[in-house]
Amino acid sequence: MSGPNVLEVRGLSARIAGQQVVHDVSFEVPASGVTAVLGRNGVGKTSSLRAILGLIERSGEVLLDGVRVDAERTDRIVRRGVGYVPEDREVFAGLTVAENLRLAERGGSTAEHRELVDTLFPDLVRRAGQRAGTLSGGQQQMVSLARALLNENRILLVDEPTKGLAPRIVTEVAETLAAAARTVPVLLVEQNLQVVERLAERVVVIDAGRVVHTGPARALLDDPDLVQRLLGVSAGEHDPSGEEAATTAEAGR
Amino acid sequence: MSTLILLLATGLGLGGLYFLVASGLSLIYGLMGVLNFAHGSFLTLGAFVGLAAGNLVGAGTWGGLLLGLVVGALTGAAAATATELGLIRPLYDRHIEQVLVTVGLSLATVALFEGIWGPNPRNVTRTEWLASTTDVLGAHVPNTAFLNVLAAAAVLGGIVAFLRYTRYGLIIRAGVENRAMVTALGIDVRRAFTLVFAVGGAAAGLGGVLATQSLNYVSPHMGASLLIFAFIVTVIGGMGSLTGAAVASVVVAVLQQLANFYLNNTGDLIVVLLLALVLLVRPSGLMGRPA
Amino acid sequence: MTRASTRLGGLALLVLLACLPLLALPVPGVLPGYTYEPGTLQLLALCWLTAALALSYHLLFGVAGLMSFGHALYFAAGIYGLAIVLDRTDVPLLPAAALVLVGGVALAFVVGAISLRVTGISFAMVTLAFAQAGNVLVRRDQGDLTGGEEGLALATDGVPAALVGVVNTRNLYWLALAVLLVVYLVVLWIERSRAGHMAAAVRENEVRVRIIGGRPYLTKLVVFVLAASLATVVGMAYLLLQSGASPATSTADFTLTLLVMVVLGGVGSRWGAVVGAVLYTLLDQRLAELAHSEAVAGLPAVLRIPLSEPMFLLGTCFVLVVIFLPGGLAGAAERLAARRRPGSDRDGSGPAPGVPAPEGAVA
Repeated sequence: MSGPNVLEVRGLSARIAGQQVVHDVSFEVPASGVTAVLGRNGVGKTSSLRAILGLIERSGEVLLDGVRVDAERTDRIVRRGVGYVPEDREVFAGLTVAENLRLAERGGSTAEHRELVDTLFPDLVRRAGQRAGTLSGGQQQMVSLARALLNENRILLVDEPTKGLAPRIVTEVAETLAAAARTVPVLLVEQNLQVVERLAERVVVIDAGRVVHTGPARALLDDPDLVQRLLGVSAGEHDPSGEEAATTAEAGR
Repeated sequence: MSTLILLLATGLGLGGLYFLVASGLSLIYGLMGVLNFAHGSFLTLGAFVGLAAGNLVGAGTWGGLLLGLVVGALTGAAAATATELGLIRPLYDRHIEQVLVTVGLSLATVALFEGIWGPNPRNVTRTEWLASTTDVLGAHVPNTAFLNVLAAAAVLGGIVAFLRYTRYGLIIRAGVENRAMVTALGIDVRRAFTLVFAVGGAAAGLGGVLATQSLNYVSPHMGASLLIFAFIVTVIGGMGSLTGAAVASVVVAVLQQLANFYLNNTGDLIVVLLLALVLLVRPSGLMGRPA
Repeated sequence: MTRASTRLGGLALLVLLACLPLLALPVPGVLPGYTYEPGTLQLLALCWLTAALALSYHLLFGVAGLMSFGHALYFAAGIYGLAIVLDRTDVPLLPAAALVLVGGVALAFVVGAISLRVTGISFAMVTLAFAQAGNVLVRRDQGDLTGGEEGLALATDGVPAALVGVVNTRNLYWLALAVLLVVYLVVLWIERSRAGHMAAAVRENEVRVRIIGGRPYLTKLVVFVLAASLATVVGMAYLLLQSGASPATSTADFTLTLLVMVVLGGVGSRWGAVVGAVLYTLLDQRLAELAHSEAVAGLPAVLRIPLSEPMFLLGTCFVLVVIFLPGGLAGAAERLAARRRPGSDRDGSGPAPGVPAPEGAVA
């Protein structure tokens, strides 16, 4: 139904408060499977996602299904079929779970989508009347994922979905994403390399706002030296921050 | 005792007026981050146009007042909508410039109103009932106080119901919390902006006509003087909090009345002191979220 | 232009302005008469004092990014403070002025310390509330101090004879010019000082200043008090020039007109503030004359009413400048200069020069 790539990013740059946080980033996301964006803390991964959506000041080209969307407003881009699961969940704390989900329905959502969400997150059905701000981190992440999965999407942009979650919940989130990725391509920002190993087919590594590596996920993860050099952590190590990361971490904030 | 009751009742009535202005200010600020200096002009315009419409039916009749209230609210809403679409939207997300534009608009419109209707207050003709008082436990409470409280309660109930039960209400509540995320869910939040301006303008226009009944005059400057207290109410209540605005309206107005009577006409000063005190203890206001 | 030639130009302008009372220059359409006439000198002196006041507001808003809606409070404190001291005591002018200045500084310190607990729009509202309290006090006329709505005439007993009366307008003109010069130099000095650089840094990014060990609150308080003190000084000169105090100078609308001047001229530009203030004062005066002219009186109501309200025209003008001329007159001049120098950076996509970044714009 479309070209091989659902999303193409060409020469994307972005600024926050006048400071450049993304430098000339280019990559593609194929029409199926999970593409992971890796890199140390604060190198511009989150900013890249936000720039794609037009949430921050940007320049460069963004093509969705071969169509330039970089001049469009955020809500237009999203309505073209982009599901966004932001860093730190960003659920509406004062709204109930049901209201959070109702707000996210874009009109195109069908009974099928609602059923899927209800099956994936039975906990949310039980807590429909609860204020989202009173949920646990894991439950909030479920709300955030559910908001994206309620709609017919061409692509999901998922930003650090396992950040700060207990190991058991991390597994749950990874399973949900794996299920989602069977029907829609996913662009995933993730620090946890085990999750990347489980889900991702391709990786894009960003450092200091620039793409420094792209290729199959296996090739990167099987090369400990490369992992150490690009990400500053040993493959399989859980610590999501990495010690050297601290120096670059403040750059984008 | 009867004096205290009278002061409380007139305080509540004044609080109702404050709330009609502050509710719109608070909603607009909460959703859009815009401090609307032109809000007083919506009120004044609503008052003049509403009264003129009422006079067509008959000055001092209930029919005239009712029509005046409706026309006043519609005028306020229309002026606010035009302001949002024409002046605020082109400066999307440039908050300082948006505030500046409303400042310019308020200066220009007050001058224009002076040019059209003259700089001095004009007396209005009220219905017999509104011009008189009702005996409550020995206090002669002006009937306008009841009307103000009734109208403010109706507007509060209406806005709360709108926010709770409609999709736009949902969008506005979510937008006050996190506007960027609302757009990231595919929602054109700008329509909600126009809507809160319209709703706020309607409340202000309604408040304008009601204020003429309480003050017994209409003047190009009535909006500006109410606006300053509405600002104070908004800050004390917590910017963006509707309940905060409602509570603070009553507190500020009652305190003002009490101080004016018992403390040698110092109501306005006491209100400013209250503002300073609230800021020292709770910089985000009574019900505002910490910044 | 090099810095030396700019300085030379500034000096030449100053000499010219200082000589105006001795010359008979007509500036038709701008000034009401020849430059040596008292009426003209009075208007020009008003321009210089307004410009000085706008410069003090520029220090707050343009340099430190503090949008205060209560700056009139300190101006009025200067006017009324001096008027009351001269009216009620036998203290001569200079000691009285020193006393009022101390009072103005103390007032600014207290109000600043409280209002700076909040930022952005809340700060604007709180300063507005305090100024409103001052306005209420002035209008209420407690203990017959301020004269209420009538205002207070200058008691001339303690004032040197050279500064009293229409015949001495040229002395008052020179005083106003001197006040403008002093305020300009003080603002320049503050902007180039450590405190000024710190204030500019706080305006751009308060968090970063805190990280590198700065104290944003203290910096803002210092600038707030300095700007207020300058306004107090200008207020005292204003009292002498107008030989009376009027409650209009303590209103919120008065502060708003200062904001209008600074924005017209270009936020962040010293010259912009001066030019904006002079332009505003002249326009206000000329438009008022237009309003009462026969040409306007003969027009149909649709045109006559708007044209007979100077504030309507100025307000509309201001709105148009904000929307279509970001950076005000200074910004426009800069763009024009940049166009003359081909090859220079003409990036129009960035934020307008000198406009403080809105708080919370990046959600």
